[in-house]
Amino acid sequence: MGINVDLTVVWAFIIAFAVFMYVVMDGFDLGIGILFASFKVGEERDQAMNSIAPVWDGNETWLVLGGGGLFAAFPLAYGVVLTATYPLIIAMLLGLVFRGVAFEFRWRDPRHRALWDIAFSLGSFIAAFAQGVTLGAILQGVQVENQAYAGGWLDWLTPFSLLTGAGVVIGYALLGAAWLIWKVEGSAEAHARRLALWAGAGTLVAMAAVSAATPFLQFEYWKRWFDMPGVLATAQVPLLTGIVAFLFFRKLRGGATAAPFLLALALFALGFAGLGISLFPYIVPDSITIWDAAAPERSQIFMLVGTAIIMPVILAYTGWAYWVFRGKVGTHGYH
Amino acid sequence: MFDGLDALLLARIQFGFTVSFHFIFPAFSIGLASYLMVLEGLWLKTGRDIYLDLFRYWVKIFAIAFAMGVVSGIVMSYQFGTNWSVFSTKAGPVIGPLMAYEVLTAFFLEAGFLGVMLFGMSKVGKGLHFAATCMVALGTFISAFWILSVNSWMQTPTGFEMSPDGRFLPGESWLAIIFNPSFPYRLVHTVIAAYLTTAFVVGAVGAWHLLRDRANLHARKMFSMAMWMAAIVAPIQIFAGDMHGLNTLEHQPAKVMAMEGHYESHPDGAPLILFGIPNSAEKRIDYAVEVPKASSLILKHDLNAPLAGLDTIPDDREPPVPVIFWSFRVMVGIGFAMLGLGLWSLVARMRKRLYDWSWLHRAAVLMGPSGFVAVIAGWITTEVGRQPYTVYGHMLTAQSASPLAAPAVAASLIAFVIVYFAVFGAGAWYILHLMHKPAGPHESEPEHMPVRTAGITPAPAIATGAE
Repeated sequence: MGINVDLTVVWAFIIAFAVFMYVVMDGFDLGIGILFASFKVGEERDQAMNSIAPVWDGNETWLVLGGGGLFAAFPLAYGVVLTATYPLIIAMLLGLVFRGVAFEFRWRDPRHRALWDIAFSLGSFIAAFAQGVTLGAILQGVQVENQAYAGGWLDWLTPFSLLTGAGVVIGYALLGAAWLIWKVEGSAEAHARRLALWAGAGTLVAMAAVSAATPFLQFEYWKRWFDMPGVLATAQVPLLTGIVAFLFFRKLRGGATAAPFLLALALFALGFAGLGISLFPYIVPDSITIWDAAAPERSQIFMLVGTAIIMPVILAYTGWAYWVFRGKVGTHGYH
Repeated sequence: MFDGLDALLLARIQFGFTVSFHFIFPAFSIGLASYLMVLEGLWLKTGRDIYLDLFRYWVKIFAIAFAMGVVSGIVMSYQFGTNWSVFSTKAGPVIGPLMAYEVLTAFFLEAGFLGVMLFGMSKVGKGLHFAATCMVALGTFISAFWILSVNSWMQTPTGFEMSPDGRFLPGESWLAIIFNPSFPYRLVHTVIAAYLTTAFVVGAVGAWHLLRDRANLHARKMFSMAMWMAAIVAPIQIFAGDMHGLNTLEHQPAKVMAMEGHYESHPDGAPLILFGIPNSAEKRIDYAVEVPKASSLILKHDLNAPLAGLDTIPDDREPPVPVIFWSFRVMVGIGFAMLGLGLWSLVARMRKRLYDWSWLHRAAVLMGPSGFVAVIAGWITTEVGRQPYTVYGHMLTAQSASPLAAPAVAASLIAFVIVYFAVFGAGAWYILHLMHKPAGPHESEPEHMPVRTAGITPAPAIATGAE
């Protein structure tokens, strides 16, 4: 081809794509879980659950790809990050256990449905919060010596990581509420619309707070965002965020059904791009770059061939599955 | 109060615990997905509603088992990093890509089509729905392919190079890594085990309902199909297991020595020890019941062939004998019990009493969970038999674990134990509850089927009779 492509960078983008897919797709599942308790028992909750029952499993698979992909493409980062955030990852996994089985169990056991609904909400909340704290823990950096994690098992716990934890919970709640506006009807939809308003405002506050705090963590972040001429490019991120936020609230009040969700996705994409600007090319700030952590070229090529062929197919049939279950879900049978 | 060894031991217990729990679900869902595919295919081919009823009966059970398999499987995909980060960093370049391929080619396939399989029959039509069922079944098989390739590579590593800093790097050909020497045997043996496990569950449910009502046509159909599987596949499995054992003898002789209980070498024909109590301290089998020279006959096809024992292996490279000795006997014993039940059912079938012999049905109920016990026992045999290595012959388990503090591992282990018993206990209870109800005509679909969609002319509602 004559073009010199750095496979490590390609893989960094593939992993970032998988993580982003996970964040937005399981984000709305988890968001519905976070908001679940505020929906009325019966038709409202059943609708909310039905809106994700056929797709949650596929959504969660992106988490396995994110983890498995990191393992395969950046083994060192996989080992270091997961050890550094050990209690968070365990909490997330256990939260996902409760969340995942609740989909089936609540229908199997009407007498204990309330219990499984709590498991669903709590599991979703814990998983979302743990993911957010993990994000903060990575941003603030972890102690690495001799290619291994060298800190304690609670090093991740700081005010900053708790802030990112709260931010992700609120952000997922926004995605969940916006998804429900699209998929449910009646009182549940009206309720989701109110929730989306609050969660939308909360998400913006959280984004602003995290953005304000991040540059103070390390000098490097400050330079990345504010040095000339880079600031001309990086300034586009907050600018676009403002525009998307404005559109979001307009569409939300205007009664649109699909637009709030799509704009919430755009908001997440911008936040994600911001994180990319802060981190790249580090995976663990200041200690491990993507090139330090990368698997050998043979591993990269072997996986890239498969990914290039299979990923479009995955996206196609995932899209098809969403298409099959398009539109409002309704409750049991026909009204 | 804790030192480094404790963290290592706790990490091993945690991995063993979570993977044993996890393994139960795929062992069931690999077989059940194929069974569902067969049922739906027969329904489409013959048009007989009994197959559709059975499909709907088992698909509800499948949904629960599959959900538990998914959530316990996600735990596994992260445990490599959380508890075995040194192993992950060093072996990641070789086994990481295989696991990535598992996600790409299997997990997405299963998850993507599962929703349609469970809830989509009235939306996509019979043909596409059957295609979705086939994709889910194919996904379970592909998943087994990759993960067993990874496991086999850890048992019989080939096709790699060592880097100066001690990492495993892929060699010239990935085929040498994927199709490592023990992989074909392990794949065949494990997938057949999954089919047998499912067959005995299906057979037990059929038998349970036959004991209550001999005329139940759905129970008869289930029982008959399951007993065909037992009669035909159990002998194949014993043969496949024997081949796998010979392969292990070639590549991991210490494991076979532990399985056989051969502490000592036998230069002129080794005995087959049927039972006994392994005595690790004295390095002998107490109270052994043995058949002279039979082990040499089985393993070398020669009564007088010499067989080396664990006395040829350095003490610190020996696997722990008692665990392997017992788990191997449990697995083999169940295998032969399965064969026995299969033969018994053939006799009953020839005499046209398959649905009448209540002792046969009782035995089938008793054997219902036997497949799970056998696969766990087999797994313990092969994994404990790999010790003290993670990558056999190249990387010690003691050098593989994460630099974690023991309290962190202990706390997470306790959390896993509590959550798994509570959650999967509840799930097992719900599955048993569903199995307890007989399958009948007009079996309902999973109740939380989201029926209505915009943009599709509502097809006639398929009866969604609530339970």
